[in-house]
Amino acid sequence: MGSAPSDVGAGAPAQLRTIPVKIVIAGGFGVGKTTFVGAVSEIAPLTTEAPLTVAGVELDDTRLVDGKPTTTVAMDFGRITLDRELVLYLFGTPGQERFWFMWDDLIRGAIGAIVLADTRRLADSFAAIDYFEHRHIPFLVADNRFDPGRVHGEAQLRRALAIGPGVPIIACDARVRESAKTALIRLVEHALVRRRQSLPTS
Amino acid sequence: MTRRLARPYALVGGRTTPSLPDLRIETQVRRTAAGLRALPTAVFERREILLLCAEPVSIAELAVRLRVPLGVARVLVADAAADGGVSVDIPDDAPISVELLQRVLDGLRAL
Repeated sequence: MGSAPSDVGAGAPAQLRTIPVKIVIAGGFGVGKTTFVGAVSEIAPLTTEAPLTVAGVELDDTRLVDGKPTTTVAMDFGRITLDRELVLYLFGTPGQERFWFMWDDLIRGAIGAIVLADTRRLADSFAAIDYFEHRHIPFLVADNRFDPGRVHGEAQLRRALAIGPGVPIIACDARVRESAKTALIRLVEHALVRRRQSLPTS
Repeated sequence: MTRRLARPYALVGGRTTPSLPDLRIETQVRRTAAGLRALPTAVFERREILLLCAEPVSIAELAVRLRVPLGVARVLVADAAADGGVSVDIPDDAPISVELLQRVLDGLRAL
């Protein structure tokens, strides 16, 4: 025993293999991440805790008791079965800077991220945008329109968020399955374009 | 969510780093034949893990079902994998291939 785990368990039939892929749904508290995940997930969104217990992490002082981190971060996730093997996981998690240590872990291997933005509280999405920009992770900004009457122009939003033309901005109603689905499709299209660009031309 | 009586990190002796560093939250965990044989004598969380991953299940889902934080679930899974009771698909760190992205796109469009 104590051997490294094999790719497939001994005697496990190969056809049971599941290929997991993931997309991260980021944004400030209350922007609609859980709603988004719930709109497209085939399971009711599940919530797990990711406690701030990693040693050496810079945290808000107010979050520390006797030098020990005590905060937990709730993370929602959902699941979409795409074909017989392929399962897409959606992880919705707060984008605040103090959670970034968790993000490095979360984002590893992800297709990309959707930053849900609320135009009334745009600053809440700055940290997530910074994060994905600096790490060259494919992302798009989805303007979550709770209020359809309050429409901002894309150019205005792009300026306010200081993001370049390479980052898609879309409108989205996180409550509506088709709208959330379209946001996912746009992100994967964007990731595909980015991926092709990064390949050596042959 | 039901609260545990024990502090979650007490389950893993305060460890936050799994012995397998590459376990992602979406990593699929599946019981092995050895895990099935170990089931009758397994107790506590190990028994729960062996029961929950008869079919492949993600670490994130395991964390919810075990009612522990993600970090604890990863340590428990890594321990179970080290003992041979479960197998995990360790992903390589290569970027996702164009082919796989296209498959995801096709799957989403067909929803």
